[in-house]
Amino acid sequence: MRTKRIKGIKFGLLSPKEIRKMSAAKIVTADTYGEDGFPMEMGLVNQRIGVIDPGLRCKTCGGRMGECPGHFGHIELAAPVIHVGYAKLIYRMLSATCRKCGRVLQGCLFSVTDAEIERELNKRVISEKLRNAFKTKAYPLSSNADVTKEKDDKWVITDDKEKFIIRIVDGKLNIYDAVKVRKRILEEIEEQKKKQANVGEVVKQVFKEAAKTDVCMYCGERQKVIKYDKPTAYVEIDEEEKKRRLMPTDVRERLERIPDEDIALFGMDPKSARPEWMVLMVLPVPPVTARPSITLESGQRSEDDLTHKLVDIIRINQRFMENRDAGAPQLIIEDLWELLQYHVSTYFDNEIPRLPPARHRSGRPLKTMTQRLKGKEGRFRGSLSGKRVNFSARTVISPNPDIDIDEVGVPEEIAKELTITVNVTERNLKPIKATVRRGRKHPGANYVRRPDGKKVKVTEINYEALADEVDIGWAVERHIRDGDIVLFNRQPSLHRMSIMAHYVRVMPGKTFRLNPAVCPPYNADYDGDEMNLHVLQTEEARAEAKILMAVPQNIISPRFGRPIIGGIHDYVTGLFLLTRGEKKFEREEVLGVLRNIDIDDLGEPAGTFKSPSGIDIEVPYWTGKQIFGMILPKGLNLQFRGKIDDVIIREGELVSGVIDEMAIGSFKGRIIDRIFRQYGEEEAKRFIKDVSRLAINYILQAGFSFGISDEDIPREGKEQIREEAVHEAEKKVDELIRAYEAEELEALPGRALEETLELLIMQELGRARDDAGDIAEKYLGIENAGVLMAKSGARGSILNLTQMAACVGQQSVRGERIKRGYQGRTLPHFKPDDRSANAHGFVRSSFKDGLSPTEYFFHAVGGREALVDTAVRTSQSGYFQRRLINALQDLEVKNDGTVRETRDTIVQLKYGEDSADPSKGDYGKVIDIDEVIREAVGAEVGT
Amino acid sequence: MKKGKISILKHELVSKHEIIGEGEVKGLLNKYKIKKEQLPKIKSSDPVIKEIKAEVGDIVKITRRSRTAGKFLSYRLVIE
Repeated sequence: MRTKRIKGIKFGLLSPKEIRKMSAAKIVTADTYGEDGFPMEMGLVNQRIGVIDPGLRCKTCGGRMGECPGHFGHIELAAPVIHVGYAKLIYRMLSATCRKCGRVLQGCLFSVTDAEIERELNKRVISEKLRNAFKTKAYPLSSNADVTKEKDDKWVITDDKEKFIIRIVDGKLNIYDAVKVRKRILEEIEEQKKKQANVGEVVKQVFKEAAKTDVCMYCGERQKVIKYDKPTAYVEIDEEEKKRRLMPTDVRERLERIPDEDIALFGMDPKSARPEWMVLMVLPVPPVTARPSITLESGQRSEDDLTHKLVDIIRINQRFMENRDAGAPQLIIEDLWELLQYHVSTYFDNEIPRLPPARHRSGRPLKTMTQRLKGKEGRFRGSLSGKRVNFSARTVISPNPDIDIDEVGVPEEIAKELTITVNVTERNLKPIKATVRRGRKHPGANYVRRPDGKKVKVTEINYEALADEVDIGWAVERHIRDGDIVLFNRQPSLHRMSIMAHYVRVMPGKTFRLNPAVCPPYNADYDGDEMNLHVLQTEEARAEAKILMAVPQNIISPRFGRPIIGGIHDYVTGLFLLTRGEKKFEREEVLGVLRNIDIDDLGEPAGTFKSPSGIDIEVPYWTGKQIFGMILPKGLNLQFRGKIDDVIIREGELVSGVIDEMAIGSFKGRIIDRIFRQYGEEEAKRFIKDVSRLAINYILQAGFSFGISDEDIPREGKEQIREEAVHEAEKKVDELIRAYEAEELEALPGRALEETLELLIMQELGRARDDAGDIAEKYLGIENAGVLMAKSGARGSILNLTQMAACVGQQSVRGERIKRGYQGRTLPHFKPDDRSANAHGFVRSSFKDGLSPTEYFFHAVGGREALVDTAVRTSQSGYFQRRLINALQDLEVKNDGTVRETRDTIVQLKYGEDSADPSKGDYGKVIDIDEVIREAVGAEVGT
Repeated sequence: MKKGKISILKHELVSKHEIIGEGEVKGLLNKYKIKKEQLPKIKSSDPVIKEIKAEVGDIVKITRRSRTAGKFLSYRLVIE
């Protein structure tokens, strides 16, 4: 096929002639279906303008439903009507053209008041004075310039190709340029068009100039002011402030008078867009295929909104004609005219300001032309830019640490619905036949396509026959099965890792299963999240997905150059507990923890110890650190600062340090990062998989839980919190308030006294909570499950624990203590002007103890702000991202490192100014110098 | 420049703009195999352009500080 390039798009207006020409039927009757149930002749659901009933044939083209694309019809409007979409333009054109002769109004070059010049002109002589006047205005006349008198107050000077009109206006002689100005404008328009730029600016000047001019230079008519009465009325106001409504007929007449050569000045092409066509005489009726009716279960027909609107138009149109023919009074005619205008207007756009929207009987506003196109669900954004797709599935997700990170568990039910089309060849004939022979049972097939293109459904009855029949040249739509590559996606798709390629694993159940380690890139959790799955249909797509979109390729985020995939929650806790170290593992225990992990050499035991089984023998043991070392690649050397201590890995063994979030966690994961870069994505994938299994195996065996009793603090601890932290702070706050009231407080630089007080109080109360937290932490101890999770980075923070166990702390709105409520106080529970901690949202209780009613209220106040903030932020950032994507989507980094647009214009001479790929760098830096030095000098050299 | 006015070119946030000679222009266009029009643009009404008196059609070299690269050269075509 030859590819063609679109060179340009031309927009124009439909002339009444054209509308009639393209119409297949004139529509007269408002009724749709007759009593016999067949579409009415000359009705809106006409058999000549398209078929939507199966079995019927189109009377225009003879096509059946689906074959006939539909044909336009037309309504002859009884009276012309303004097209709302052009109402503004009509107004501008009316204001810019002469009310009498229709020519474009143009301001004068200059004017002179001189009786002598006039006398000379009447003698057909250009006086010296006039020549000078021309010269001073930079329009010198040549010697063979000639004057003719056209009227008593109008002369024309012709000079070579130039032409000037002189006219007496208000006793002054106005000199107009009749050629040059027009030529200049037309040239400018042409130039803009050539540059494919907007002609709007030029045209705007024309309109502006014309609207300022109040006398027509051609006919001398004095112009009247025209007022645009939105949405579709025009009023002409004369000098005596008398108003006259311009009916559409008047408007049309005026527009008709504008000569073709003047239309070009408005940047329009008179051949394809005469201005009077903006006033409708004939209304095109879209084919029924564009407004299909639906049959309800009750057998009743329900027409499309557009059809309803067209019915309204025809009814009023007919009433208008009847009344006019009957010689009804002008008032009634005008009312009907207005009504017709309303219906035609709302037919085009049902959201016109100042016009009540046309409604359905149920009260729902009708969805007319504009509404079909506009907005997110409109034709452009909803139907053309985005469509619904086949070969996709959606269901709830749930975790499964036993599957690999680049796998996705697919319910069998779904696997039987999604298919891949396989072309049968010599080489795959046998297995394909076997597939078809399984029929619709799981790894079977749903459809087969014969070489003649006929599609046959595989059924319980025919599958065996089909299996025999399948041969080279056939195509089989087989079920997806283990190992097929699919795309997996969770909305909102904010970055490229929101859609990744996974390998199918068909499993029982009804949910998609995924390894929890891939939750961070999708930002998924299992509280009911749903995800989408798309089956790739071509070999190219599958190859591309495998190479570019597979999970292992996306371990490192291009956003910050560190792994975005890694251990979360239990994985971190599990390895933290394992590598912390006291426990000695017997051989069987080691094997138990390493279950499901491909390790065949346990290496040398760390030593021997007395068997805990009670039998008095020395048995070899391994440490947790050793076990972790077994899943590390051989020869890995790495050293970094973890959350707890320095982690040192030498020759693939964990020498010292505890594994925590910094080592294997998502977003941080130094070990994963290093393995990815040094050994590649497959090794990194293997490592993450082994981490999942090792961590889960160990935490399952060791046991780990966190309950409400884990937030218990002994009595003396509570006492201490109350006395040392809370009371102390409250006392200090009271002292601050006293100092403030006694005017002893000194203002901080740049702050008012009151602000200083608030600041100091906030600081004091903040410290109180921290102190309470420290005390609580001390009493909870490092073995506390919550503390363990917080310290290892698995989940939660010390602050969370503080709030649960010790003290919730100060609540704030906009960074300040809570001040809103009554005058001078937050709640009636407090005295006016009480500045104490309690009265302004300090919550001294812990969540476990429970909050007092006033504390509860303050907490709700603070919580509300957080809620509102997130709601506002997501919608704002969503829109911001949309705009950014629209602006950037076509940019491309070329091979020479430049960033260019589609037109090959350069946006940036070097990508990111340093040509660096952030995903190859380290946490935003291009290179980690320390690491490079360490590598070069040798791993043995310490920090 | 009017007396008493301070040149914006001396402000620390204004990068160095210089009009480049024909030879350099040729080299630049050759290096990227582009036409003048494919370069980023800058309006002749831009304060800096007015200050250094560049004409429409000139190409200015802009030396800026860059967070990623330290120093970065950019070129812009002066347009109306």
